[in-house]
Amino acid sequence: MDLKLSAGDEAFRDEVRAFAAANLPASVVAKTWSGRHFEREDHMAWQRALGRKGWLTYTWPKKYGGPGWNVTQRFLFENVLAEIGAPRILPFGVKMVGPVIYTFGTEEQKARFLPGIRESSVSWCQGYSEPGAGSDLASLRARAVREGDHYVVNGQKTWTSFAHWGDWIFCLVRTDPDKKPQEGISFLLIDMKTPGVTVRPIIMLDGAHHVNDVFLDNVRVPVENRIGQEGAGWTCAKFLLANERLGIAEVPASKRGVQGLRDIARAEGLSDDPSFRDKISDIDLQVAALEMSELRVLSDMAAGGAPGPEVSTLKVRGSEIQQRIAELACEAVGDYGAPYQPELLFRDSNESGIGADHAVPAAARYFNMRKTSIYGGTNEIQKNVMSKMVLGL
Amino acid sequence: MDLAFTPEDIAFRDEVRAFVAANLDRDIADKVAAGKHLVRDDYMRWQQALGRKGWLVYTWPKKHGGPGWSVTQRYIFENVCAEMNAPGIIPFGTKMVGPVIYTFGSEEQKARFLPDIRESTLWWCQGYSEPGSGSDLASLRTRAVRDGDHYVVNGSKTWNTMGHWADWIFCLVRTDTDAKQQEGISFLLIDMKTPGITVKPIIMADGGHEVNEVFFDDVRVPVGNLVGKEGEGWTYAKFLLANERLGIAAIPQSKRGVETLKEIARAETDNGRPLIEDSSFRDKLADLDIQVTALEFTELRALSTMAVGGAPGPEVSFLKIRGSEIQQRITELAVEAVGYYAMPYQPSLLWQGANEEPIGPAYAHQSAPRYFNVRKTSIYGGSNEIQKNVISKMVLGL
Amino acid sequence: MDLSYSDEQKQIKEGVERFVREEYAFETRRKIAATPRGWLPGNWAKFAELGWLGMAFSEEDGGFGGGAVETSIIMEAFGSGLVLEPYLPTVLLGGGALALGGSKAQKDALLAPMIEGKKQFAFAYVEKQSRYNLADVAVTARKDGAGYVLDGHKGVVYNAASADQIFVTARTAGGQRDGKGVTLFVVDADAAGLSRRDYPTQDSLRASELTFRNVKVGADAVIGTLDEGASLVERVVDRAIVGICAEAVGCMDAVNKATLEYIKTRKQFGVAIGKFQVLQHRMVDCFTNAQEARSMTLMASLKIDDPDVDTSRKAASGAKVQIGKSGKFVGQSAVQMHGGMGVTDELSVSHYFKRLTMIDTMFGSQQHHLTRYGNISMAA
Ligand SMILES: Cc1cc2nc3c(=O)[nH]c(=O)nc-3n(C[C@H](O)[C@H](O)[C@H](O)COP(=O)(O)OP(=O)(O)OC[C@H]3O[C@@H](n4cnc5c(N)ncnc54)[C@H](O)[C@@H]3O)c2cc1C
Ligand SMILES: Cc1cc2nc3c(=O)[nH]c(=O)nc-3n(C[C@H](O)[C@H](O)[C@H](O)COP(=O)(O)OP(=O)(O)OC[C@H]3O[C@@H](n4cnc5c(N)ncnc54)[C@H](O)[C@@H]3O)c2cc1C
Repeated sequence: MDLKLSAGDEAFRDEVRAFAAANLPASVVAKTWSGRHFEREDHMAWQRALGRKGWLTYTWPKKYGGPGWNVTQRFLFENVLAEIGAPRILPFGVKMVGPVIYTFGTEEQKARFLPGIRESSVSWCQGYSEPGAGSDLASLRARAVREGDHYVVNGQKTWTSFAHWGDWIFCLVRTDPDKKPQEGISFLLIDMKTPGVTVRPIIMLDGAHHVNDVFLDNVRVPVENRIGQEGAGWTCAKFLLANERLGIAEVPASKRGVQGLRDIARAEGLSDDPSFRDKISDIDLQVAALEMSELRVLSDMAAGGAPGPEVSTLKVRGSEIQQRIAELACEAVGDYGAPYQPELLFRDSNESGIGADHAVPAAARYFNMRKTSIYGGTNEIQKNVMSKMVLGL
Repeated sequence: MDLAFTPEDIAFRDEVRAFVAANLDRDIADKVAAGKHLVRDDYMRWQQALGRKGWLVYTWPKKHGGPGWSVTQRYIFENVCAEMNAPGIIPFGTKMVGPVIYTFGSEEQKARFLPDIRESTLWWCQGYSEPGSGSDLASLRTRAVRDGDHYVVNGSKTWNTMGHWADWIFCLVRTDTDAKQQEGISFLLIDMKTPGITVKPIIMADGGHEVNEVFFDDVRVPVGNLVGKEGEGWTYAKFLLANERLGIAAIPQSKRGVETLKEIARAETDNGRPLIEDSSFRDKLADLDIQVTALEFTELRALSTMAVGGAPGPEVSFLKIRGSEIQQRITELAVEAVGYYAMPYQPSLLWQGANEEPIGPAYAHQSAPRYFNVRKTSIYGGSNEIQKNVISKMVLGL
Repeated sequence: MDLSYSDEQKQIKEGVERFVREEYAFETRRKIAATPRGWLPGNWAKFAELGWLGMAFSEEDGGFGGGAVETSIIMEAFGSGLVLEPYLPTVLLGGGALALGGSKAQKDALLAPMIEGKKQFAFAYVEKQSRYNLADVAVTARKDGAGYVLDGHKGVVYNAASADQIFVTARTAGGQRDGKGVTLFVVDADAAGLSRRDYPTQDSLRASELTFRNVKVGADAVIGTLDEGASLVERVVDRAIVGICAEAVGCMDAVNKATLEYIKTRKQFGVAIGKFQVLQHRMVDCFTNAQEARSMTLMASLKIDDPDVDTSRKAASGAKVQIGKSGKFVGQSAVQMHGGMGVTDELSVSHYFKRLTMIDTMFGSQQHHLTRYGNISMAA
C-alpha cells in the first residue's frame, strides 16, 4: 500500500503540464479563475487539442483509441488539468455515449461515431429526461414508431444540457408502449439537424443558458442509429449512469475550488478569521476524504473490480462539496455578492466588475450549483439506490 | 402584542421567587444545579410544597383545583422554577393522567384520584409502550379480559419511567381483540401493589436506572378503574399525547442549561485562557442561545393562541423536535467543553449522591453520562421521526 | 500509488478479526470489563505470541518491520469488538515513544520485553489545565545530582494501574506553555512518591490520576533529548491518532452493521422499520460517514511517516476531524434508529457510541484538530 508517485508517474505529470501549458489559451484559463462561463469554442478547441494528442478519451480502452493509462495516470491527468484551470471535458460524448457505442454498438456504428468523439469534431448531448419523467426516468414517453427503415420520433426531452451546441443527441425513446416500462425503451442516436428537431432555451436561476427543451416532431431517424436491440435501451442507460456517477464527483475541480476559496479569503482579509478558517479547513478535509474514497474505488477497479452501486455515495458527497464551496465563496464576498453582472459572467467582456473580480460570479455560482444535487440522479435517488443495492433495505 | 411584563406580572414573579426561596430545600436545589440525579423523596418534597400552595397543578382549570393562571403567569412560573434550580415537575400525574381523569373520568374518579395528584401524595407512571409496540403504539397487546366486576390483565409494558417509584400506573390495554386496532383499546388505572405486578429494571447507557419493564400476570383491576368508555382508550391517549408534547420541549430547563454551559466555559481553560474566550466555542454557544430563543418565541406564539381559546395543534410537534435537539446539543457541548475530564466514570457520584471527591472539576463527571442519557429525548414521547410524520400528515397534508 | 493490502497484511487482518470474533463476543467483553484489571492477561499473551505487539516496530528494535498500515489493521479489528486490552497506551504510546526517542539501552530494557508481552506502559501527558496542548506542562522535573526529581499532577492516564512503566512529560525549563523545556521521562510505576487514584472510564477502560511527590529518577530516565520532549510527544501522539482513528473505523462499521440488522428485523406498523425512507437515508448517511472515516484513516496511515512534519501533522489532524464528525453522526444515528433499545446498557450500540464519543476527545477534539489543520494549511 502506497500513496507515493513513481519517477515514471512524475515524468508523466510533467508531460501533461507541459502539454496543457502549450495548448490552453491564457484567455480560457482566465475564465476559469474568474468564474466566467465558457463559449462552445473554448471547450471544443481544447478538446480537439486533447483529441489530436490522443488524450481526450483517456478512459477508453486502448483498442478504441484510449491511451491505455493506469489508474494513477488518469488521476494525475485529471488533477493537472483542474489545477491548471482547463475547461472540463464535456462528458456527453467522451464519458457517456462513447462507451455505450463501443460496448453495445455494431462495428459500423463504432467506425462511424467513435472518431468524431475522439477528435471532438462532433458535439453530443443527452436526451433522457422529459417533463413527466425526471427521477422516474423509466416512465418516459417520447415515442419512436418504426416505419420501414426509419423510426418516427415524437415527444419532448427537457433539461438537455448544451443541446444548443449539440450536433447529435442520444435519446431514450419508447418503442413499445405495451411492455413493462423498462422493457419498451430503446437507445437512439439523432442528428440534431434532422427536420422536426427544435431546441428552446431554459434560462437558469443565475441567468445562464445551459439547458434546453428539445422538441421532437415527426423526426425520422434511420434504424441503423439504434444502439443495441430494440427494447434494450434501459440496459444501455443503466450502464451509462454508473459511468456518469463516478466522474460527477468532480474532485479535482473541488480541489481547485478550495484553493480559490483560500485566495478569496486572503483577498477579503478573512484568512485570520478563526471561524472562516475552520470552514475552509472543514471543506478542504471533505474534499480530501472524497478524493481518498474515489482513489479506493479506482484502486479496486484497477485490481479488476467494477464500480459498484456504492459509487452513488461519491456523487452525493461530490455535489454537496461543490455546493458548499460555492456557498462559502458567497459568504466570503459579503455585500459584493449582490450586484448582478450577467455581461461579465456570460460574455467575453473587458468591463471591470462592481466589486472585486472574485465577487462577480460568487452568488450566481452558488445559485447555479444547486443543480449538482439534482442532475445525474438526485441525491435522494442516489440514496434510494444505495439503500436498496448496497444495504439491502 | 407586547413582550413587556405588566406590573402585576412582575409582582407575580416576585411572589413565585419568594415562594421558591422559602420552600425549595437547599439540598435539592444543589443537586439540580450540579446536574445530579434526584431520588423519589426529592421530587416528592418539592411537589408537595407546591401542592400545599395550590401550584402543583398550575395548568389545570380552576374548577379542578388549578390556580387559574394566565399564559404569562405559567410562563413566569416555569422560568422562575428553572432559574432557581427547582426539579422539573414529574408529568405523569399532573400533566398526563390528571387531565385525562378530569376530562373523561366519572365524578367518583375525579373525587378519588385528583386530590392525590394535586397534593402529590401518590406517584404515577405511564404504561403505554410494550416490547412490540413502540412507535406503533396501537398495536399493543396487553390484554384485559372482563371477569365480573374486574378486568384481568395479562401482558407486559416496557420503558416505564420511574415505575419503580410508582404507586399507580395508567395503562392502555386491549379489551377487544376483534375490533380495529385503535378501537379495542381501553384506559385503565392500576394500583401497583395489586398482586401479579412485577417491576424489572432496565439499565440505561449511562448506568442509571430510570426505566423498567412491568409485567402483568393475572392482575385483577376493578371495573371502576376504567376511565371513560371501554374501547375509547385511544382517544384519551391521543389527547394526552398532545398535552405531553408541549411540556416536553423543556425550554426553561434548556435556558438554565445554556447558562450552566457558559459557567463551564468560563471555568475551563484552553492555552491558559478561559474557554469562553475561544471564538469557535463562543460561536457554538451563540448558535445554541439563538436556537433556544427561537424555540421559546415559537412556544410563546403557541401559548398565545391557546390563551385566546385555540387548542394546541399538531404543529406543536415541532416544539418537541427542536426542544429535544436543543437539550441534546447542550449536553454535547458540555462534553466538548470539559475535554479529558469527561472520561472518568463515577457512578457513585451520579446515583448515590456519595461524598466521593470528583476526579475532575465538580461539573465534569456528569457531562458524558448526561450526553448519553439525553439521546432519549428524541426517542421518547413519540420519536422525532414519528413527530415529523405527524406534521407531514396533519399540518402539511402529505 | 497502490491502495490494496499485501498478502501479509491480509493475513494479519484475518488473524485479528478471528480473535475478535472468537474471543470478544459482546457478553464476553462485559465480563472482561468487570474483572479487577479490566482486561485479560491471557489475551495479552496471545497478542505477544501472534506478534501483534511488535508488528509496527522495526526489526532492529525487535519488531516485525510493519508500520502504520499494520497498526491500523489491528486497531480497526479491535475497534469492531471494543477490545479492552491496553494496546494503545502500551504499544502505540509507550512503545511509540521508545521507538522514536529511546536509546539503544532503553529499547533493550523496555521495548524488547514489551514486544514479548512482559511489560505494560502508560503515557501521562494530560494535566488538569492542559486540555489538548501537549506543551502545557506544569509537572516539574528538577535537576538533582545526575538525575531529576518530579513533582506535580497528571490526569486521565490510561492503564496506569496495570503499567510497569509510566512515561511522563515534565517541565525541565521555560514557562508552563513553552514548547521548549518539556522533557519526556520514563518512571517505574512503583517509584516512591508516585501515587494513584484509579477509576473506570465511560467506555469501560481504566485510567488514573497520578500525583508525583519528590519522585526521583536517574539521568537514564530521559527519553529523547532534554527539553525537546514536546515535539517527540507530538509525533508519538500523531501516530497514535492514526491508531485510534482506525479503531473508530472498526467501531463504526460494527455499529452500522448492528443497526442495519436491527432495522431489517424490528417491525412497527406491520413492516420492518428499514422500509421507512427517513431511516433508509439515515442509514445511507451512516454508511457514507464510515466510508469517509475509512478513507481519511487510510490516507493518514500512508502519510503519517512522511518526512515533512506538516504533511504528517495535517494527515493526523485531518483524520481526527473526520473521525470526530463521522463518529458522532454514526453513534447518534445508531442510537436513534434503535429507539428505546439504543439508550440501554443491554445492547452493544450504546457501548460503541460511548467509545466513539471518547475517541473524539482523546488526543484533541474535532474542533482542536480542525484549528490545527487550518493553522498549517493557511500558513502554506
Ligand atoms: C442543470 C441541469 C442539467 C441537466 N442536464 C440533463 C441532460 O443533459 N440530459 C438529461 O436527460 N437530463 C438532464 N437533467 C435532468 C436531470 O436528470 C433531472 O432534473 C433529474 O433526474 C431530476 O428530475 P426532475 O427535475 O424531474 O425532478 P423530480 O423527479 O420531479 O424530483 C423532485 C424532487 O423529488 C425527489 N424525489 C423524486 N422521487 C423520489 C423518491 N422516489 N424518493 C425520494 N425523493 C424523490 C427528488 O429527489 C427531488 O428532490 C439536467 C438537470 C439539470 C438541473
Ligand atoms: C428513557 C425512556 C423513557 C420512556 N418512558 C416511557 C414511559 O414512561 N411510558 C411509556 O409508555 N413509554 C415510555 N418510553 C417509550 C417510548 O415512548 C418509546 O421508546 C418510543 O415510542 C419509541 O418506541 P421504540 O423504542 O419501540 O422504538 P421503535 O418504534 O422500534 O423505533 C425505532 C426507530 O424507528 C423509527 N420509526 C418507527 N416507525 C417509524 C415510521 N413510521 N417512520 C419513520 N421512522 C419510524 C423510530 O423513530 C426510531 O428511530 C420511554 C422511552 C425511553 C427511551
